[in-house]
Amino acid sequence: MTTPDLDLEAFGRELDAIRDDVTASLGDRDRRYILRAIAAQRALARGGRLLIYASLPLLPIPPLFAGVIGLGTLALGISRILENMEIGHNVLHGQWDWMNDPAIHSSTWEWDTACPADQWKHSHNVEHHTWTNVLGRDRDVGYDILRVTERQPWRPAHLAQPVTNALLALLFQYGVAMHDVDLGALRRGETRLADVRGKLAGIGRKVARQALKDYVVFPALAGPWFLPVLLANVAANLMRNLWSYAIIFCGHFPDGAQVFDEASLAGETRARWYQRQILGSCNITGGPLFHVLSGNLSHQIEHHVFPDLPSNRYPEIAPRVEAICARHGVPYNAGSFARQLGTTLRTIWRLALPTRRRRDALAA
Amino acid sequence: MWSWLGDAAGLRPSPPRRAARAISARVVAVRDEAPGVRTLVLRPGGGWRPHRAGQHVAITVAVAGRLATRTFTISSPPGGRELELTIKDGGRVSGALVRDARPGDVVGLGEPAGDFVLPDQPGRVLFVTAGSGVTPAASMLRDAAARRAMPDAVHVQFARTPRDAIFGDELAALARAHASYRHVAIATARAPRRLSAAYLAELVPDWRDRAAWVCGPAGLIAAATAAFADAGRAHALHVERFHAAVAPAPADARGGTATFRRGAATTATAADGQAPLLVVAERAGLAPRHGCRMGICHSCDAALVSGCARDLRTGARITEPGARVQLCVSAAAGDLSLDLEPRS
Repeated sequence: MTTPDLDLEAFGRELDAIRDDVTASLGDRDRRYILRAIAAQRALARGGRLLIYASLPLLPIPPLFAGVIGLGTLALGISRILENMEIGHNVLHGQWDWMNDPAIHSSTWEWDTACPADQWKHSHNVEHHTWTNVLGRDRDVGYDILRVTERQPWRPAHLAQPVTNALLALLFQYGVAMHDVDLGALRRGETRLADVRGKLAGIGRKVARQALKDYVVFPALAGPWFLPVLLANVAANLMRNLWSYAIIFCGHFPDGAQVFDEASLAGETRARWYQRQILGSCNITGGPLFHVLSGNLSHQIEHHVFPDLPSNRYPEIAPRVEAICARHGVPYNAGSFARQLGTTLRTIWRLALPTRRRRDALAA
Repeated sequence: MWSWLGDAAGLRPSPPRRAARAISARVVAVRDEAPGVRTLVLRPGGGWRPHRAGQHVAITVAVAGRLATRTFTISSPPGGRELELTIKDGGRVSGALVRDARPGDVVGLGEPAGDFVLPDQPGRVLFVTAGSGVTPAASMLRDAAARRAMPDAVHVQFARTPRDAIFGDELAALARAHASYRHVAIATARAPRRLSAAYLAELVPDWRDRAAWVCGPAGLIAAATAAFADAGRAHALHVERFHAAVAPAPADARGGTATFRRGAATTATAADGQAPLLVVAERAGLAPRHGCRMGICHSCDAALVSGCARDLRTGARITEPGARVQLCVSAAAGDLSLDLEPRS
């Protein structure tokens, strides 16, 4: 623990080299990628809304109506998934700041979800990405409401966690919105309501603005057909909630992902930080479309090692990262969507009940 | 309200109202002028305010995926639907514009600016230009010709060779058509000679009776400033410099003076070439916002105002004004100035 591990230092240097290679080669190709992604997302949003409105006169012909409004809702939902994940999440990480483009910059971007961007940049970019999977520091470990590792002490409230978890999935954007408030600290009395009043007000404004847009203004534009448009908007948001929940929960909770004690971090070098990020993160295998729709969070490992490299580069560097891990004996947790989500849900359901502590999960 | 709804409907890029307000222009033609010099003909979108002859404008363009902003003089006269920029290939951005701009490209456009313009009653005028410094004079002369108000003007145009004289033929033709305009073309490759009062007197015997507009490299400006000051005519001299927007990157990683700007307040402190600028700022009593302190979260990003920083991870030098600098993983490379609250 105290003597530097030479192998680990080489491991760190090899990962640094990947970063250097990508940084040095950023250019027009990458700019085209993000501009195209944004254009595609806008087109889907426009097309989806258009189809939703176009379906309304077809109400007398139910199968046709259902088909058109369904298609419109699907397009709107996909556009929101792209906006939140491949575009918003990654822009807010500063992945595209190198372009020096004020229109696509972490300091100016606001995303189409309930969580205010400034709060997200703190709770996610700073807290979660620095302290990934460190018990007591990374609030993403169960988000203070779920028990996702046996090393979290069981409380009777966890009995309800299959239900809590389902509710979190359905209302995911609001769960994310509350993230920076740290309800756990509030519950434990470590912070007072007055301390977080500003944050709550920010969330309130953003939630109200989003609700007004999705659930009042756009439905009202349809006049007498308010209800079907409202339902389509609810369905699109629900689709985005469930999908982003599923992808994000596959990031750090599947079987094999490790958690860490803060004590084990003493004197953590950059190389050891890399190792912790890799041991605590899980990839999902899939095709190019799946990766884009997951915001390339299917490359969670690459994202955690290089959170500010543009996401379109994760697929190309993943084989290099995996090869470096293999060479240095660092486990690289990649599995199918079914495997990663399945083991995550199994853990959440199983840990609703108190467990006999079998053995500590491996720490670095 | 409508912009908000437009944003919400996905009709425009969602967050950046600032960028949405910016004007853009489409390149409609590209013309060769001289070796390494091209004119871009731009058609501005809505919101363009016509310039005054002699003014410049900031152009924003993506070079290797990165947006860069540079200022260029408008060489065309005001009044048309289009504006022309005559650009010499001299740097990363100007080079890319000269080599790669094609009709159909879109560039960002700032507001026309600058006070290097003729007054309504200019009196007797002297233009001294060198190289691409001819562009503001060209705009003024074209404007005067179009308005049939050519002043009593002498124009000394320095260029390396006659082939390098931008607009040389056009200006000579203008002189033939207008008795009050005299065009003096000097090829400096043949007769390299520093500008002085004596040289001016040879070229323009009555130069002391003229108000002068001088545009060109720093050496020309310095020589003209000295000549006019010696003659007690400093008040009659108007100059336009080419700003060197990009600091030359020092080859060795020495530190320098780091100036941190936050709103109107500035703090200057010594920074060595190894210490992260975040630490330098904190030692100086500042408390910049920051997060991970390891270069991943971008909470401490500042904007480079001038000078040069070095990324401690890659050794890469950051010289582009406006570029972000991650304070926690960057050090000074020579003097530099940073804005701690960019775009706020």
